[in-house]
Amino acid sequence: MQRKAVALVSGGLDSMLAVKVIQEQGIHVEGINFFTGFCVEGHTHAIRKRDRKKPKRNNALWVAEQLGIKLHIIDIVEEYKEVVFNPKYGYGAHLNPCLDCKIFMVKKAKEWMEAHGFDFIITGEVVGQRPKSQRKDTLPVVQRDSGIGDLLLRPLCAKNLPPTLPEREGWVDRERLYDFSGRSRKPQMALARKFSIEDYAQPAGGCCFLTDEQYSVKLADLWRARGGKQYEMDDIMLLKVGRHIRPAPHFKLIVSREEGEGRFLQGYRGRYPSLKTVSHAGPLALIDGEVSEEELALAARIVARYSQGKNAPEVELEYRDTEGNTRTLKVPPLPPHELNPEWML
Amino acid sequence: MAEGSAVTREILDCRRLLCPMPVIRVQDKVAELHPGDELEAISTDPGALNDIPAWCRINGHQVLEAKERDGEYIVRIRVGSEP
Ligand code: SF4
Repeated sequence: MQRKAVALVSGGLDSMLAVKVIQEQGIHVEGINFFTGFCVEGHTHAIRKRDRKKPKRNNALWVAEQLGIKLHIIDIVEEYKEVVFNPKYGYGAHLNPCLDCKIFMVKKAKEWMEAHGFDFIITGEVVGQRPKSQRKDTLPVVQRDSGIGDLLLRPLCAKNLPPTLPEREGWVDRERLYDFSGRSRKPQMALARKFSIEDYAQPAGGCCFLTDEQYSVKLADLWRARGGKQYEMDDIMLLKVGRHIRPAPHFKLIVSREEGEGRFLQGYRGRYPSLKTVSHAGPLALIDGEVSEEELALAARIVARYSQGKNAPEVELEYRDTEGNTRTLKVPPLPPHELNPEWML
Repeated sequence: MAEGSAVTREILDCRRLLCPMPVIRVQDKVAELHPGDELEAISTDPGALNDIPAWCRINGHQVLEAKERDGEYIVRIRVGSEP
C-alpha cells in the first residue's frame, strides 16, 4: 500500500527538499500552503509598479510544479487572527508569533490529512535553524500542542530526533533521512545540488510580513489607534502600501509613493476620505480617522509636501469624502523641518 | 462528464483580490464543479495570469485562455477529470 504524506509547502528551499527526500522513498506527496494574509508574495508585486517588472510567481505553486505534486492553498485569514492576537508562546523579534503559527499550521494540516485519508505530515524544519520556532526544545512542542504527535516527520533533521511512527513502521527508511542542524544553509545547498535543483527562492528572514520590523511597527500602531488588537484583510493589506504618517493619535495618512500604489489606494476611496494634489502631480492619500477642519489642512499640507509642488508657495488639492463629494483646498506645502519624524511610522 | 449532465459555464469574479486569493477562489469553485465544466475567472491582479494557470497545470485542469482584457485578467479553464 502506497503511503501518503502531506507536506507544508512554503515555497522555500527547505520544504522543497523535504518533499524530494520523501518522494524518493516512494511516498505519494501532496502539498498544503496556508494563506494568512501576511504572506510576503503576491500583494506587493501586484501593487508597486517597479515590482511588476520582476518575474512574478507564487513560490509555493512554482515549487509544487517543480516537484510534480498537487498543492492545496488554504485560506486561514480569519482563524489566524487569534494566533496573531494572543500567541501562547509570545512573539519573536517583531510581531511574528512563529511557534504558535507553526502549531496552528500543523493542526490545520492534521485536519486536512485526516479528511483526505493521508498518513502523515512532513515539514522542511531543521533543528536550530530559527531562534524560536525550530529549536530542539520547541520542535516537540509543535508535535504536542498540534496533536499530531509522532505523525510529523521532518526529513531534513529526522536523524537528530526520536524516530517517528512512519520510521518505526518502515513506511520510510530512517537511514535515508538527514541530520541537518543549526543555521548553516550549506547542507541544504549541497542536497539541492544532489537533486539538481538550481533555482529556488532564497529565504529572507521569515515567510511573512510579521517578521518585518517596519511592518510590525505599523501593525502595533494600528492596534493602539483602534484601542485593541484587531484587523481586517483591508487593514493588513494597506499596511504594505505607501507611507504611513500619524500626526495625531486619532488619525493617520496613507500616502502613495508611486503610481502603482496610487492606483491601488484609489480602490479604497469609498472606505476612507482621500486627498489628491491637482495643481501639481502628486500622491493620493487616504485619511484613516476623523479629522477636524484644522487637521484636514495639516493633512493637506503634508500631502502637498510629497507632490511636485513641494517648493511652490501653494498647492491645490481635492478632498473627497467616502460618498464621492469633493471640494478644493489650497495650502502651502509643509516645510521639511515641520514634518515631525515621530509622525512617520 | 458527471452523470450525463450538461457542461456548466461559470464566471468567477476575483476583481480586487490580490494573489493568492484569486487562486484560492478558483480552487474552491472547481471543487464544486464537474469534469468538463468551464470556469472563467476575472481578476484585477496581474499575478492571476501566472498563478491560476500554474495551479491548473499542477492539478490537472486545462487552461483554455489566459489574457488581458480592458485592464482585467481573464483566465478560462476546463475542469480536468482527476479527482
Ligand atoms: S514567519 Fe510568519 S508565517 Fe513564518 S512561522 Fe513565523 S509567523 Fe508563521
